[in-house]
Amino acid sequence: MSAATTYVEAIRQGIWEEMERDDSVFVMGEDVGVYGGAFKVTAGLLERFGERRVIDTPLSEAAFVGAGTGAALAGLRPVVEMQFADFISCAFDQIVNFAAKNRWRWGAAVPMVIRCPSGGGIHGGPFHSQNPEMWFARTPGLKVVCPATAYDAKGLMKASIRDNDPVLYFEHKLLYRRIKEDLPEEDYVVPLGEAAIRRAGSDISVVTYGAMLHVALEAARVLQEEGIELEVLDLRTLVPLDEEAVLATAKKTGKVILLHEDTRTGGFAGELAARIGEKVFDHLDGPIVRITAPDCPVPYSPPLEAAFLPKASDVVEKARELYRY
Amino acid sequence: MTTATTVAPEVTRELCQRLLYYLELMREIENRIELKLYRQGKILGGCYTGRGQEAIPVGSAILAGPEDWLCPTHRDMGAFLVRGMEPRRIFAQYLGRAAGPTRGRDGNMHMGDLGLHLLPIISSIGASVPVAGGLALAMKYRGQPGVVFSYFGDGAASRGDWHEALNFAAVQKLPVVYLCNNNQYAYSTPLEKQMAIAHIADRAAGYGIPAAIADGNDVIAVYQASRRAVAHARAGRGPFLIECKTFRMTGHSAHDGAEYVPRALFEEWSKKDPILMLQKHMVERGWSTEVDFKKLHAKILAEIEEAVAWAEASPLPDPATLLDGVYE
Repeated sequence: MSAATTYVEAIRQGIWEEMERDDSVFVMGEDVGVYGGAFKVTAGLLERFGERRVIDTPLSEAAFVGAGTGAALAGLRPVVEMQFADFISCAFDQIVNFAAKNRWRWGAAVPMVIRCPSGGGIHGGPFHSQNPEMWFARTPGLKVVCPATAYDAKGLMKASIRDNDPVLYFEHKLLYRRIKEDLPEEDYVVPLGEAAIRRAGSDISVVTYGAMLHVALEAARVLQEEGIELEVLDLRTLVPLDEEAVLATAKKTGKVILLHEDTRTGGFAGELAARIGEKVFDHLDGPIVRITAPDCPVPYSPPLEAAFLPKASDVVEKARELYRY
Repeated sequence: MTTATTVAPEVTRELCQRLLYYLELMREIENRIELKLYRQGKILGGCYTGRGQEAIPVGSAILAGPEDWLCPTHRDMGAFLVRGMEPRRIFAQYLGRAAGPTRGRDGNMHMGDLGLHLLPIISSIGASVPVAGGLALAMKYRGQPGVVFSYFGDGAASRGDWHEALNFAAVQKLPVVYLCNNNQYAYSTPLEKQMAIAHIADRAAGYGIPAAIADGNDVIAVYQASRRAVAHARAGRGPFLIECKTFRMTGHSAHDGAEYVPRALFEEWSKKDPILMLQKHMVERGWSTEVDFKKLHAKILAEIEEAVAWAEASPLPDPATLLDGVYE
């Protein structure tokens, strides 16, 4: 077994291996080549694959996302990098109006991955910390992937590159170098649309994704001491959604906490709450609880950012309340 | 500007006959769509035509080889026809039928075809221009020959993604021919409110892209300018921009009476009708007579009659198929 692999290295390996496997896979974005990307996700790719397949672009999100769509329509598999997920609004029209609707409108596949370094906790302030997944999760035609572990970061990247629809791949910046694990030597993918139970428990279900998985697991360790057993479900992908897994855990424990780092109104928790309410209401023994960031831009200064981000103590507190039902 | 009277040997009788056929076919298909089917209430929603601007798609698309891609706008019906999309499929599209290229999922000129290398527009004007760059990038990536024809109007050239796309294509030296249909109005907005410079072609220099201005009503002038641009792009020398000066002889769409356009302009530009200009040239060269033109006209009308009948008889889409193909 090789040394443990970080989340950021896992993403890089996923891209690298797919580029080795398939000449139609290429990388495009700002500073992805010579510099290796703002977070070094694409470091070394230029040296290995050359300028043809690792393209440094002008500072033009609409141009290179649009070009990604065009190249994908012609059968290539672009992996396009947003330097920060926050900048994706510059390419919004190209994504939601052009890329998303091709297959449905005229049967044309757009096998493009848009990488979105997202999330707070890094003191990045309002324009380097956002979690804009819901702008896309509610746009039919787009897939939305949110890995929480190094294993998934690699396996979901490989599955996203092989997917024949446009995929928004949200990689959480806080996780880049903070988590690592041993990865299999052999080729593997994590299929889109399969949630994972990260911790089995009988009292309360926490449904989450991305960096918040680790917040949920931390809360579970605290609550275990008190005899409260959390079940933690990691969605891994929002679209396609493993609804079956969500409903199954809700039925099992009858008490559900929905946890995400994205802001509250229109966040994915609202959609999950509606589905649980519609489909397994009879199995619930308490109110569906949302734990999310408040409806506020992401702040810069540490005490403000700490107040903004959902924490393990928030989960512990809400779980104790819910447990008493 | 080049005029129809200063022509080179490549402008043959056979070429002019083909050009005239597509100019007239486009004109009559759009007449049928806007002046009949739309007014009969058979075509719902928006209805846009390129009346008076037919020379731009026809004079350029005629140069496209099978490997090339065309990215037309809502004024470029001629590009679809030159490419070989059958009129009956086009009528089916406008009538919302299952046999249209989008199977009733999208309407009017929002049509494309993978096999024919035709990219469908979306309603955000100019959004195809970055995508055209990607199609060209794929050709360069694979070392394939081929050129992408990227069409847009004067309004689109105010869009940020248009500017981004031209810069990107220039930096990457992509084989794109940009064809501007400058018809002087973007919906109701005249050029002087659209831009503070005289020519959209002047913008190309800002990106290191060579450009030319052509008389957009003279199909031979459009052809010759496009020929030069296509040769430039095919030779691997990067993009080229042609600004075709023309005039929108209609409102923005069928519901728009264009009351904001001075009437004198319609009269002035009607004298420069692209079909009449080409016919005059063909008569002057002794290639055709009025009798030939009448015969062609009758042939085209019969072709359209048959296509409309086929499309009207074809089925509407099945609502049960609504969700098919949102994802693979």
